[in-house]
Amino acid sequence: MSAPERFLERLTARRAEDPSWVAARRQAGAARFEALGFPTRRDEEWKYTDVRRIAEGDFALATDAGYDAEGFEVQRLELDAYRLVLVDGVFSAELSRLEGLPAGVVVEPLSQALADNHEAVGGSLGRLAGVDFSPFTALNTAFADEGVVVRLSPGTVVDKPIYVLMLSRAGGQPVMSHPRVLIEAGARSEATVVEHYTGEPEAANFTNVVTEVLLERSAIVDHYKLQETGSSDMHVASIHVEQARDSRFASFNLHLGGALVRNDLVADLNAEGAETTYNGLFFVQGRQHVDNHTLVNHNAPRTFSNENYKGILDERSHGVFNGKVFVKKDAQQIEAYQNNANLLLSDRAEIDTKPELVIYADDVKCSHGATTGQLDEEAVYALRTRGIDEPMARALLTLAFAGEVMERVKLNAVAERVERAVAGRLPERFNLADLVETAEAVQES
Amino acid sequence: MLEVKDLHVTVEDKAILKGLNLTVNAGEVHAIMGPNGAGKSTLSAVIAGKDGYEVTQGTILFEGQDVLEMEIEERARAGLLLGFQYPIEIPGVKNIYLLKAALNAARAARGEGEIPAPEFMKLVREKSAQMKMDTSFLQRAVNEGFSGGEKKRNEILQMLVLQPKLAMLDEIDSGLDIDAMKVVAEGVNSLRSADRAILMVTHYQRLLNHIEPDRVHVLVDGRIAKSGDKDLALELEARGYDWVLEESVA
Ligand SMILES: Nc1ncnc2c1ncn2[C@@H]1O[C@H](COP(=O)(O)OP(=O)(O)O)[C@@H](O)[C@H]1O
Ligand SMILES: [Mg+2]
Repeated sequence: MSAPERFLERLTARRAEDPSWVAARRQAGAARFEALGFPTRRDEEWKYTDVRRIAEGDFALATDAGYDAEGFEVQRLELDAYRLVLVDGVFSAELSRLEGLPAGVVVEPLSQALADNHEAVGGSLGRLAGVDFSPFTALNTAFADEGVVVRLSPGTVVDKPIYVLMLSRAGGQPVMSHPRVLIEAGARSEATVVEHYTGEPEAANFTNVVTEVLLERSAIVDHYKLQETGSSDMHVASIHVEQARDSRFASFNLHLGGALVRNDLVADLNAEGAETTYNGLFFVQGRQHVDNHTLVNHNAPRTFSNENYKGILDERSHGVFNGKVFVKKDAQQIEAYQNNANLLLSDRAEIDTKPELVIYADDVKCSHGATTGQLDEEAVYALRTRGIDEPMARALLTLAFAGEVMERVKLNAVAERVERAVAGRLPERFNLADLVETAEAVQES
Repeated sequence: MLEVKDLHVTVEDKAILKGLNLTVNAGEVHAIMGPNGAGKSTLSAVIAGKDGYEVTQGTILFEGQDVLEMEIEERARAGLLLGFQYPIEIPGVKNIYLLKAALNAARAARGEGEIPAPEFMKLVREKSAQMKMDTSFLQRAVNEGFSGGEKKRNEILQMLVLQPKLAMLDEIDSGLDIDAMKVVAEGVNSLRSADRAILMVTHYQRLLNHIEPDRVHVLVDGRIAKSGDKDLALELEARGYDWVLEESVA
């Protein structure tokens, strides 16, 4: 039996009660996945990432959402948010907190939307993430029966972040999950959505998630993805974004965990005034492997993109950055900036970086660059001469390297996780822009 | 407080310091003068613990402790602080953060807890005002885009916040106009006290008009060739360094 067949075998046991359109989608996904098979390194898009550890694995499907209560309290973010929790891809009503959502906002498990045979959801699902995008998208389409649907009516501003927590369990047979996240932001609506992947440190599961984000005219969406699963977990994700006129999207793609991580991020800027910002940071150590592929499609004139990806690599880790910016013919007055900087903390760590601009218009402002370097030893010395110990000096400089990305992170709970992972415990949030103001406020009150 | 005995230092197998002796007591201000390349910066760098200098002979004691056995950060925490001739830029690390981390490190070494935020802010604002530095400097990355004079003032700001027992200032006057010189000198003078000491390295007498030394030493060819009071600096200004060398050889 081939690897794809072996994976798809698990599908037959599943969900006879699907509405017919869902069943048809599954079949299309399965057929596509079977035809494509798992990618190999001969594939240009997968040149640096070997997925045999996934293809050769034997992953079951989880059937319950039980989770260690203590672990949950430690691992979840301290966020005042509307929370939806999946455990190994299974919805946990017990751990979720969706009460009090304002009018005009729907946040529900995908299973609910499918069971309700929700027409609007049926129309949107898979529109951005087609089964041809990658074998993993096809595989996700075949399996996806759980996830999150977020829908914002026009003009709705969500008062708190929407927090999607995906937990990975250890012990027993490894499992796979294929969650699907759908975010539909109506005209002038505003929301912050956090996808957080964490779990038991020993977990060795395979998560294959697909996220679709649709922004209608003037909608504003901040999308955070914080990946901090244990060092044996495998994680493949693609995020697909479509933006209408004057909409603003910001992605925060923060990767700290996992053995093997592949992340694709694609935004289509389809009308004037659409603006997208990609903020990326990955910190890898041990033998971790993280591969970020990003793409911005400037399909319309007067669209704007700004991308800043930073990689920090320690020990024998391996990072990949492949960033493409595409400007369509006659899409004039574009601004597109892309930067990738990498910090190697060990001489055995490795980074493959490929920034790429493909431009078919002439009136454009574009720049891109990639740099790779080490910590400045003169700066380490200068800090130590002020009494700061060496590990702290290195931590400060490492965080300083991540600074431009971290300064934009508006959610403290997220920033603190990243800073702690990168630098250990620091006195307070390093990149807090208003340390002085905060202290002054304390003083005056 | 500081006792340097028979110090021999080589850099890349080249002998730079060749048997240097120096004693600085609490309450004193010492100036080390000498021509370019004499080894003045080498002396302060070795005391601070910079890599790349090999001590082949001699000892350095600070309050009875063997400095050469201490880590760089331990020296600073013990109260031994170096103001650089060429302060470097540290992109991404805010001045305020450096000050706070450094101050808390010194407090921790003394067994004290972290300084409360309001107290810290009061302190740094007061000291910034003293150095005529706008508080906006606190939010900027250390020395990034600072002018030469601002960098030097920033070095003294760090001293004022950290209150070292022994402040070593390497060519703190270079690159300063007369107004900045006054601010820097006032800053340094405010550090003077009966239980602190200051060691200034300079090759201009000018600075010593503003910060009056108790002792002046001439460093020539890796050794202290002559020591005296502040009048020695004036004599050096008038006559140059050559006569000292001739005298010491003779
Ligand atoms: N890192 C170094 N590598 C090579 N030579 C050095 C280094 N540092 C200092 N020197 C040499 O040591 C001598 C003394 O330098 P320095 O201590 O900077 O003198 P000063 O500060 O008195 O002008 C000079 O000849 C200088 O070229
Ligand atoms: Mg010098």
